[in-house]
Amino acid sequence: MTKSGSRPGLIVATLCVTAFALQISSLSHASAPANATRVAEGRYLAAVGDCASCHTREGGPALAGGFALNTPFGTIYSANITQDKTTGIGSWSQTDFERTMSQGQDDQKQNLYPAMPYPSYAHATQGDVDAIFAYLKTVKPVHYNPPPNRLPFPLTIRPLLSFWNWLYLKHGPIAVPAHASPQWVRGAYIVQGLGHCGACHTPKTIFQGDKYDDALQGDALDNWFAPDLNGDHRQGLGSWSAADIVEFLKTGRNARSSASGSMSLVIVHSTSKMSDADLKAIAAYLKSLPAAKSEPAPAHPAAVLMAQGRAVYVDECSACHKMDGAGVARFFPPLRGNTNVQQTNPTTLLHYILTGAQTATTSAKPTPFSMPTYAWKLNNDELAAVATYIRNSWGNVAPAVSRDQVGDLRGKIAAHPARKPPSKV
Amino acid sequence: MAKRLPKVDAVAIGFGWTGAILAQELTDAGLNVLALERGIWRDTETDFSTTFAQDELRYRYRMELFQRPAHDTCTVRNNVSQTALPMRRLGSFLPGSGVGGAGVHWNGQTWRYLPSDLTARSHNIERYGKAVVPPDMTIQDYGVTYAELEPYYDKFEYLCGISGQAGNINGAIQPGGDPFEGPRTRGYPNPPLDMPWGPAMFGKAAASLGYHPFPQPAANASRPYTNPLGVQMGPCTYCGFCEKFGCGNYSKASAQTTILPVLMGKPNFTLKTSCEVLKINLAPDGKTATGVTYIDAAGQEFEQPADLVILCAYILHNVRLLLVSGIGKPYDPASGEGVIGKNYAYQIDSSVDVFYEDKILNPFVGAGALGLMISDFNGDNFDHSGLGFIGGGYIGVLQTGARPIETHPTPEGTPKWGGAWKKALAKSYLRCATVATQGSVMSHRSNYLDLDPTYRDAYGQPLLRMTFDFQDNEHAMSNYITARAAEIAKAMGGREISVKPRTGSWSVVPYQSTHNTGGAIMGTNPKESALNKYLQSWDVANLFVMGATAFPQQSGYNPTGTLAALAYHSAQAITTQYLKAPGQPLVQP
Repeated sequence: MTKSGSRPGLIVATLCVTAFALQISSLSHASAPANATRVAEGRYLAAVGDCASCHTREGGPALAGGFALNTPFGTIYSANITQDKTTGIGSWSQTDFERTMSQGQDDQKQNLYPAMPYPSYAHATQGDVDAIFAYLKTVKPVHYNPPPNRLPFPLTIRPLLSFWNWLYLKHGPIAVPAHASPQWVRGAYIVQGLGHCGACHTPKTIFQGDKYDDALQGDALDNWFAPDLNGDHRQGLGSWSAADIVEFLKTGRNARSSASGSMSLVIVHSTSKMSDADLKAIAAYLKSLPAAKSEPAPAHPAAVLMAQGRAVYVDECSACHKMDGAGVARFFPPLRGNTNVQQTNPTTLLHYILTGAQTATTSAKPTPFSMPTYAWKLNNDELAAVATYIRNSWGNVAPAVSRDQVGDLRGKIAAHPARKPPSKV
Repeated sequence: MAKRLPKVDAVAIGFGWTGAILAQELTDAGLNVLALERGIWRDTETDFSTTFAQDELRYRYRMELFQRPAHDTCTVRNNVSQTALPMRRLGSFLPGSGVGGAGVHWNGQTWRYLPSDLTARSHNIERYGKAVVPPDMTIQDYGVTYAELEPYYDKFEYLCGISGQAGNINGAIQPGGDPFEGPRTRGYPNPPLDMPWGPAMFGKAAASLGYHPFPQPAANASRPYTNPLGVQMGPCTYCGFCEKFGCGNYSKASAQTTILPVLMGKPNFTLKTSCEVLKINLAPDGKTATGVTYIDAAGQEFEQPADLVILCAYILHNVRLLLVSGIGKPYDPASGEGVIGKNYAYQIDSSVDVFYEDKILNPFVGAGALGLMISDFNGDNFDHSGLGFIGGGYIGVLQTGARPIETHPTPEGTPKWGGAWKKALAKSYLRCATVATQGSVMSHRSNYLDLDPTYRDAYGQPLLRMTFDFQDNEHAMSNYITARAAEIAKAMGGREISVKPRTGSWSVVPYQSTHNTGGAIMGTNPKESALNKYLQSWDVANLFVMGATAFPQQSGYNPTGTLAALAYHSAQAITTQYLKAPGQPLVQP
């Protein structure tokens, strides 16, 4: 019996566990790590920084770039960060890489677009950045040139970004209150630094810089709405426990929600690979954030719209999400009390209904539960009605959705189809 | 000219239930496994979505999930005096095609065979004497006992999240379960499904006659379930579209909903779809398989070398591939010698409709295995002395969902068309419960499979020829249990009943059951069987043949539970015994 090319699953699993243990121990010991340990540490930190989500195009080789980020200004394609010397970063020095992470410049000192979240990475310690570099040096070279960006003049003039950096790039360690616990500090470091949660979840100025005073209050991007992560009970994480947050980030699903859309990539490539200690730190930090601001409660939608929405809901949604919106926790996400559903901006809910969705899969929860697309089955009026019904039933409260909002999103999605979550098939 | 590919440790031919089970077990043991599936990739999200899966015309009548007869079929006849003709439209049975196989469109009725089913020959002779098995009834013992299979039945039931009520846990009879079942080491992983009114009335009537009704074990999850592999199944919604359909709610166990989310991510597993195996290749000595030859969708032929060949296709294709590849001695009904094609068997069914005047039964509420049954007349659970037959069947009201095109119950005497028919149907649709029977089919010398001398498939290979008819034993058995079903039906308190016995010769036209069995049976010696108790070919030691192909005769229960248990039993033997001495027989003939 030939054994070439075969890898015993049990042994692979054991090795993974061992490697994981090594990573943890390397993080908890301050002694100068040996190179192999340093690479393992860098691999872990690269997962924390979620390099893979943006630097891997759908179906493409890992970290070879070419993933299209649809920004309000145009399309930016991620760089090849494999070790290929001409198309990747194989010829970069450690100093080049440090400058990229802290100042947003490439090896030629040319400004990068802030689609690369260097304003967040700038908070990372030099030790962590150097470890990531040590790991990237081990990545197999892939010769691939991503397509050129599609941006209008004058955004093609990269030196102009120095002005942007002067406005939005804040260097140095994150602010730490005097009484903060080590766990809180670690959580803040990941959320604000390598984890770059704010890149999606913090509202942006007209120049796409972070509104630092509104950190993590939710933001629209790429036909999704990344929800509020502050302590608001309806739109934020106020009703989530720390354990809920840990379970969500680790497995992609919990008793309150399931990860889908863009967050799937983050779960698969990043948070599911984090240690329990780091996930608990993230949760501790997020749970320390107060409710950001109180919005006046929206008016209850017209009875006729709710009746129309209910009729659609019973026919199309109730089999999985149940008549009372309770869903089936960790299988079919509850809609009752769901924060995604109650964001003032309805984009994410409408996106799910229009395109369908697939729950992020992790080794802990491998089943890719999927919701079918309703774009062909429901017209804009029906879709607006059912979304309004879901947003205002079982205790949910959110502004009604108009058919124009649906039509607008339908058009945008048709123009820029969303990337599907990674499939193992 | 076939292109030669790099060798793999094991190649699985066909990727339904047994292909997925073997691939999962062998990859866990470290083997590099390739599965070749002649159909297409199918998954819940893309192919069984709730927004379109409940389409009776598309799936039941246009047969989208089934094997295409224009591509491959078999020829059929009732006996050797007839000329077999090709089945040009599927009828009596519906083999699957594509990933998941027939396990995509099954109902989920998941049984264990009775301990005496597995020793049908010795048990019946011991209890009733030698004369009870006539010379031309070729039934055999499996060569494996219920006690040996019990852990593997258990494993499959927990993989699938079976919903049911145990009847016998370690010998202790459990209230509400099947008191006749073999002892199980623990109960089912999920409680029974909720019973609709029709089955409930059957249960009451059967109990009033002294029988022992119990909920049918169902691979339709009665609640959210996470199996031992970590794969999740959603709770059944009783939508009524199980049989002949894929499940959009992740509720019906299939390879897709129980194994593939884990298996497909393994680095030592590869699946190739639209790749049809034409032949199992043998070394010059004829005793070792060297791999397979397959053809892809573009018509390119490949030779795939492998150390281990696992035949996992539907039984009809399994037998045909063995015959086409020249493996084992073909069965000859005249001499009774040879083993490939021997002991083909099937299922015999009948029904009794009960019409109510005033009860609205909502028969459209359904699930594939939603029913109350009795086993009092199955197998050898009752005394056959003086009855003139052996075997038996279950009796029960099974509510699979009265889908509108297929379901049109009318009382006896109703015209077959026109206004009176419409009126009767409109009244009866909601007011009819059907008591069904499903009976065993013993194997007989004249029922067998071989290669057709005339008709060929799309690749020029001979079609399989099926020679089959119901014999006197089966008619006598079915008449007996149909009479018992009618007695229970009368006790259900309806206005009238309509008895529909199975009479005459087997016909390929009306749908009956996709429970074809036999053709490469297992047993204790190579003279009378094709496979040993581990499903290893007696003739080619590195070939294992999965599926109901191995059943020496068909019991009164649905086959999937047993063929899956046999597959796990085989996988265990391969990984713990065979791999220590590859190429050696696990049982000395």
